[in-house]
Amino acid sequence: MIEIRLYATLGRYRPELKVGEPLFLNLDQGTTVKRVLQEVLGIPTEVVKTVFVNGIYRELDHVLADGDRVGIFPPVAGG
Amino acid sequence: MSKILRVNMTDLTTKFESVPEKYRLTAGRGLTSAITCDEVPPTCHPLGPNNKIVYASGITTGTAAPTSGRISIGGKSPLTGTIKETNSGGMAGQKLARLGIKAIILEGQPKGNGQQWVLKVDKDGAELLPTADEWLGKGLYETYPLLFDRFGERVAIIGIGVAGERLMRNAGICVNDPENRPARYAGRGGMGAVMGSKGLKAIILDDKDGPGVPIANKKVFDTGRKKLLEALRTHAVTKPGGGLNTYGTAVLVNIINEAGGFPTRNFREGRFEGAARISGETIHETCENRGGVGMTGHGCSPGCVIKCSNVYPKPDGSELVSVQEYESVWAFGAHCGIDDLDITGECIRLCNDYGLDTIEAGVTIGVAMEAGLANFGDGKKAIELMQEIGKGTPLGHVLGNGAAVTARVFGVVRCPTVKGQAIPAYDPRAIKGIGITYAISTMGADHTSGYTIAPEMLGVSGKVDQFIVEKADMARNFQYATAFIDISGHCLFIAFAILDIPSGLEGMVEECNGVLGTNWTLDDIGRIGGEIIRMERLFNEAAGFTTAHDRLPEFMKYEKLPPHNVVFDVPDETLDKVHAT
Repeated sequence: MIEIRLYATLGRYRPELKVGEPLFLNLDQGTTVKRVLQEVLGIPTEVVKTVFVNGIYRELDHVLADGDRVGIFPPVAGG
Repeated sequence: MSKILRVNMTDLTTKFESVPEKYRLTAGRGLTSAITCDEVPPTCHPLGPNNKIVYASGITTGTAAPTSGRISIGGKSPLTGTIKETNSGGMAGQKLARLGIKAIILEGQPKGNGQQWVLKVDKDGAELLPTADEWLGKGLYETYPLLFDRFGERVAIIGIGVAGERLMRNAGICVNDPENRPARYAGRGGMGAVMGSKGLKAIILDDKDGPGVPIANKKVFDTGRKKLLEALRTHAVTKPGGGLNTYGTAVLVNIINEAGGFPTRNFREGRFEGAARISGETIHETCENRGGVGMTGHGCSPGCVIKCSNVYPKPDGSELVSVQEYESVWAFGAHCGIDDLDITGECIRLCNDYGLDTIEAGVTIGVAMEAGLANFGDGKKAIELMQEIGKGTPLGHVLGNGAAVTARVFGVVRCPTVKGQAIPAYDPRAIKGIGITYAISTMGADHTSGYTIAPEMLGVSGKVDQFIVEKADMARNFQYATAFIDISGHCLFIAFAILDIPSGLEGMVEECNGVLGTNWTLDDIGRIGGEIIRMERLFNEAAGFTTAHDRLPEFMKYEKLPPHNVVFDVPDETLDKVHAT
């Protein structure tokens, strides 16, 4: 089981979730971030800017493991 | 011809002077720092007669350049003891520039009787007027409307609240927003106390029929303006409907929290369980659900393309406050263990009302919680502590003097300050580059002096690993580029677009060339920015600062920050390397 949070404009891909509410998924071994985006969530990779897995920035080919916390972001900035 | 307005509070005189040649090609922070270095003795008491306070708009401020309404305010800081430049949006920068005034220098100190003054500036000149009793000792939500009644709705007001009148080290300087709220702040470094120490309650700027900003080469200016405008309108972060416009700066809450760098309960942890509830997404949602006056996409000054401000509504749709920004919702939110935007909003409103910097005030409340004056998460108590500052009780004076003073008074070792100024909303143990910036900034802990968060967290101008410690070059480059933006008159947020879009960067330089008639190239950004930083460093050295002060609080070296369980491990040699070249 992994937990995924979709932030900012990406929230519209799972409108039933509240801001910051995780989506829990069971994944096959060897599943990458990219595959979750494309096949499970239906989010085009071009709208994704940043992915954190357990608080660490990861590329889309990163392989997810059981217990991972994943945060997915479009381009954001502030300060 | 633009002029310098010199206001002497000892003999209560005003005079216009011509601009010396050496100041001709600088503005904003470049000018406030140059005048401070030239005229203020570095060892003077910041609240004594020998400190000065300088107000200067940027090079392009007052022109049609996009997102260029900044005003810089500088002098010696009572909070840090260093040189200080703090800048603000709002209505004042453009009006000062359009009056043909390159800088106002406020100097001297009235003798004795506690009389306060207002400086009125219009196209015909400047005069000091005695304040009416009803303008003093009150919240700015009460005072600003009285001043607009007296001077007209179309003036700009640069003013101080009770915190400045009482010479508190966390007093900011307020600038009205386009709807004349007392809501925009040159907040950091206690410059409101300097203004208060000179007996000046407010500056009133009426630019009606002012000469405007002369442009030396209109063609070059227009070319640059179009390039920058295009960059701002196309970059995903700055464009209309983009991240900043839709959610405001608090869109950062969730990403910094996911990264484990969101300081929680006075820098004990790097992730806050209530983060989503104080995020930009929730601000946006609440504005929509509560309706009424609530809005995101609010502009803090005319001509801004980004419009990242907001007006946050109460449950009944009436106005609670403008603006709930990232740093402010963090300081009163996660830092105090509070996950309620109605509480953060009320605390921010009190800051606006009393004339306080939100970062320093929120961090101070968290330090007070650490000291046992309230429990983390107790919003009601946080508001009551803030109200002590408004009442001017002895406890209020302690809190109004900021986080470092409060930590000293109550024996708190976990004191998140550098050079006496509160650390903002990124924990340097989890994000190393911003830690270097905090340590070596000429301003004390200041994220805006070199926003390495852009590459370390946001993937702007490339992506850099947050844990890498060897970032001296990056920190230096960001400091230099930032100093240039701080003279241009643009809001620092244009950086998100121009760091990614080269033509936007060119556009900014060309706008400056257009106004000044210079031939600067991209290479001049680092040269000019570097000169400003070196000048500021020399002031600080003469004021007694050494590399021993360019350090983060010691606890960050031995207290591990969850969830990454990391300490601040950037070697001192790396910190010292930033300014060694």
